[in-house]
Amino acid sequence: MPSVTQASSHVFALPVGPLLRRSPQDPHYRVWELLETVFDPELPVVNLRDMGILRAVRDTAQGLEVVLTPTYSACPALNQMVDDVAAALARAGVAARVSVCLAPAWSTDWMTPHAHEQLRAFGIAPPQGCATAQSGHSVLQFAPKPDVAVVCPRCGSAHTTCVSPFGSTACKALYRCLDCAEPFDYFKPY
Amino acid sequence: MHIDYLLHLGDNALILGQRNAQWCGYGPALEEDLALANNSLDLLGQARLLYQHVAQLKNDGKTSEDLLAYWRDVPDFRNYTMLELPHCLALHPGAVAERDFAVTIGRNFLYSALMVLVWQALATSRDAQLAAIAAKSLKEASYHLEHARDWVVRLGDGTDASHMRMQAALAHLMPYTQEFFSASPMETAAAQAGVGADTSLLKTQWDGLVDDTVRAATLQRPASAGFVSTGKLGVHSEHLGYVLAEMQCLARAHPQAVW
Repeated sequence: MPSVTQASSHVFALPVGPLLRRSPQDPHYRVWELLETVFDPELPVVNLRDMGILRAVRDTAQGLEVVLTPTYSACPALNQMVDDVAAALARAGVAARVSVCLAPAWSTDWMTPHAHEQLRAFGIAPPQGCATAQSGHSVLQFAPKPDVAVVCPRCGSAHTTCVSPFGSTACKALYRCLDCAEPFDYFKPY
Repeated sequence: MHIDYLLHLGDNALILGQRNAQWCGYGPALEEDLALANNSLDLLGQARLLYQHVAQLKNDGKTSEDLLAYWRDVPDFRNYTMLELPHCLALHPGAVAERDFAVTIGRNFLYSALMVLVWQALATSRDAQLAAIAAKSLKEASYHLEHARDWVVRLGDGTDASHMRMQAALAHLMPYTQEFFSASPMETAAAQAGVGADTSLLKTQWDGLVDDTVRAATLQRPASAGFVSTGKLGVHSEHLGYVLAEMQCLARAHPQAVW
């Protein structure tokens, strides 16, 4: 298993929250635009910036650095994403290294509204509610689970039920629509 | 240096991840097969991050995550004994271990209840990389705890048979939880350096989580008395050797193999 380079997180603070498309005034606009075409291999409709995985393009003493953050600790797609970014940069003749930074920890709150639309169109219900506000603490008191209605991406019905809290990948849960009867993936708030 | 402490955290994740992966293809329902495999994958991810961190701290040109996972033997591992036990109640000699879902769930519950508290404490560790790993792992441990807790309640407050088996599983596992809170030089040193978590300070909260769930499940909380296991000191049960044999045989048969 190849290990990935750790970014020096204590030297630069990384942004928190969704990152929107850069303006042409941004010094690294060309690199950002180039990476618009790199997608999450598990979700081939959402690019890495919309997913919140692409965190920074920055100048360092060792040259240009592109920083990614993993979704889940063991996301098997991470190495592929690092390779895809490196390949896209190489194809465009951009000299940059790709590194991975764990902190601050990725959250589904960092996905852009555009990512939500793309997921829904792809048949996956986007995460609902704010994940970071309730992280960790809610489970300590075993509070009753918040009654957030997960909306079926196919027919739009809120009349759905959780079949399994663990789905086809670490980031998804399995749901079923009680109106159109179709099963669907739900991107769980994280 | 707190290398042993990081190995303790990483070994806990790797060994329980390996154990839970033994349910792959045998889950009581497809959804549970997926759930336990997902849980394993999260634990494997945590172990990898911790081993990569150890390799980076050692920086000796030979330590790597693969070396730590595949080329160490039983006395080098620092995981809690509870995590290496087979998925069954205590066996008489010669008995064949079956997978007992109540034991699997009971163990995941007791361990993730601890780890939610430990990761939360470690999120402010002086080791910035460990703090980053903790912040990620906390989200995963919370989800594992919710899953295991739901099952403890469902089985405890279920049929007479499921109640009896869940109670027996807790009685089997509870004595091993003493190791969560027993002092060890490796943990004390890490806590004093502001790097590690002092689990003795987390015990009241852990007790609260366990009592709360046991009550909701209509179970009795068994005593955690008797022999205090010593896996985290490198002195393991007879079961770890078998776990390692299965986990390491491929890497040892084909050293340096790459995908």
